[in-house]
Amino acid sequence: MIDVKDIIKPENLVFKKSKLLLDTPMHYCPGCSHGVVHNLIAEVIEEMNIQSETIGVAPVGCSVLAYNYIDIDWHEAAHGRAPAVATGLKRLLPDKFVFTYQGDGDLAAIGTAETIHACNRGENITVIFINNGIYGMTGGQMAPTTLEGMVASTCPDGREHSRDGYPIKISDLVAQLPGTCYVTRQAVHTPGAVRKAKKAIRKAFENQKLKKGLSLVEVVSTCNSGWKMSPVAANDWMAENMFPFYPLGDLKDE
Amino acid sequence: MRELKLMKGNEAIAEAAVRYGVDGYFGYPITPQSEVMETLMAMRPWETTGMVVLQAESEVASINMLYGGAGAGKRVMTSSSSPGISLMQEGISYIAGAELPCVIVNVVRGGPGLGTIQPSQSDYFQSVKGGGHGDYKLIVLAPSSVQEMADFVGLAFELAFKYRNPAMILSDGVIGQMMEKVEFDEYKPRWTDEEVVKNNPWGTMGKTPDRERNIITSLHLQAHEQEAQNIKLQAKYKEIQEKEVRYEEFMCEDAEYLMVAFGSAARIAKKSVEMARAKGIKAGLLRPITLFPFPFKEIDAFSDRVKGILVPELNAGQMVEDVKLAVNGKVKVEHYGRMGGMIFSPDEVENALEELIIGG
Repeated sequence: MIDVKDIIKPENLVFKKSKLLLDTPMHYCPGCSHGVVHNLIAEVIEEMNIQSETIGVAPVGCSVLAYNYIDIDWHEAAHGRAPAVATGLKRLLPDKFVFTYQGDGDLAAIGTAETIHACNRGENITVIFINNGIYGMTGGQMAPTTLEGMVASTCPDGREHSRDGYPIKISDLVAQLPGTCYVTRQAVHTPGAVRKAKKAIRKAFENQKLKKGLSLVEVVSTCNSGWKMSPVAANDWMAENMFPFYPLGDLKDE
Repeated sequence: MRELKLMKGNEAIAEAAVRYGVDGYFGYPITPQSEVMETLMAMRPWETTGMVVLQAESEVASINMLYGGAGAGKRVMTSSSSPGISLMQEGISYIAGAELPCVIVNVVRGGPGLGTIQPSQSDYFQSVKGGGHGDYKLIVLAPSSVQEMADFVGLAFELAFKYRNPAMILSDGVIGQMMEKVEFDEYKPRWTDEEVVKNNPWGTMGKTPDRERNIITSLHLQAHEQEAQNIKLQAKYKEIQEKEVRYEEFMCEDAEYLMVAFGSAARIAKKSVEMARAKGIKAGLLRPITLFPFPFKEIDAFSDRVKGILVPELNAGQMVEDVKLAVNGKVKVEHYGRMGGMIFSPDEVENALEELIIGG
């Protein structure tokens, strides 16, 4: 019988925390996708050796405190305004790497205009879009991406389109715009998915070097606290319900 | 050698911005200030000084583009008119909260609502009393000539960077649209990136190994931290109040009656003072150039010397409240105003002085 302490040995370690991921205890709930995506971004910045050239733009939402976790310069934005803040940064610092990190309420509701127009101008930035179909930080309200029938605190009987409208596939929408060069939908619920998501984030950053336009990586994510499920059940629920509506894969790669 | 030109106030803002070495302008069209961005686009400064000029999708976006650029330590500015400035208030509050320098030009039109495109001074309260949410202040400069439109671009940037605070040039459709001769300084080069880092070590220019990461934020979730930040802001505003008051006096030495007016209203009031003097009335004019910091002490100094103060404004009576605060009941203060884009004539104001102050 092998004990856990026999397994956790330096020679058995396959994955490690990025050097750029700070030791600040994370405020995210256990099971939340944010921590994994944060680590992937930190790894990509570390591997590309662009720590001193990267500026992150943090949103309003659960990841408002993203700047506490990754060791780079950060700029906090107002709710939904991250693409405009990133535009100001990138236009004045065209050789730096600028990325936004935004949730679904931030990117696809209150910030829709800023999102669409940053995409349409082809701002040479990277957008990381966490889509968990709910407002996590404010306590589980309906998001623009909440699925029909999905329960949230402001649609307690489930989202009903005649009252609440339809879930919006914002990535499909911006993939239509000539200013975007790379739009992809990923997840981080399995080791395989994490590896794919990392490749996508890396490509989205590399595209800035090539000055190709805006790259958007949507990560279909869980919010087990908001969904009121265990982390494992949330992963299963996401695969069964979110993926059919938000299918994983590249929407555009030019 | 200063260069002499004949141009509109709005055009002077653009010309002065390029000459001062501004890094970025972000704006959205709105009457009566669209010439600012049009002039910049026609000047093509990206080919000469390297200045970025970008038309945003809204005033909400343009102020947030400023927020990003200002966070890096760059010199950034925008211009708009009243309804557009209202849309920017969220961003202005964030910029003030995060203590970033930038310049915002408001070429005011009559309101409320969509209002009129004619000149007004009805955004005084919004400019000097907050405007957006939270306890903050803008540095507010009030030009009353095309020359001052040009000169105040540089002054606004100097004060904004000195105090890490957004500065506003509060103009109106009169000053923005009229043409006058204006002298310009020589072109100054923009800061290099090395100079930006040296001058503004707090900026998000990328975390180098020699320093901790820079974080631009207005978020302080712990109440005691937010209070500490607010105390720091208030101390800064107090220092600005003590050190940066600017004003102009006209025929005040022997004045028995004082007018206090800013911007375009001050131009008209100056003529009214001359008309009153021709009638043997000893009138004078004090023109606040900084609206925040407001010349409270300087106005109060007239409390014992004059028999009354008239405050002519192109609004329903806004700055008059600060004049009353300044003199604290020691002398009679009356407001005379026109609204909604109507502009009083010099004799209207002179009559108001006789009726409301001398005869009243």
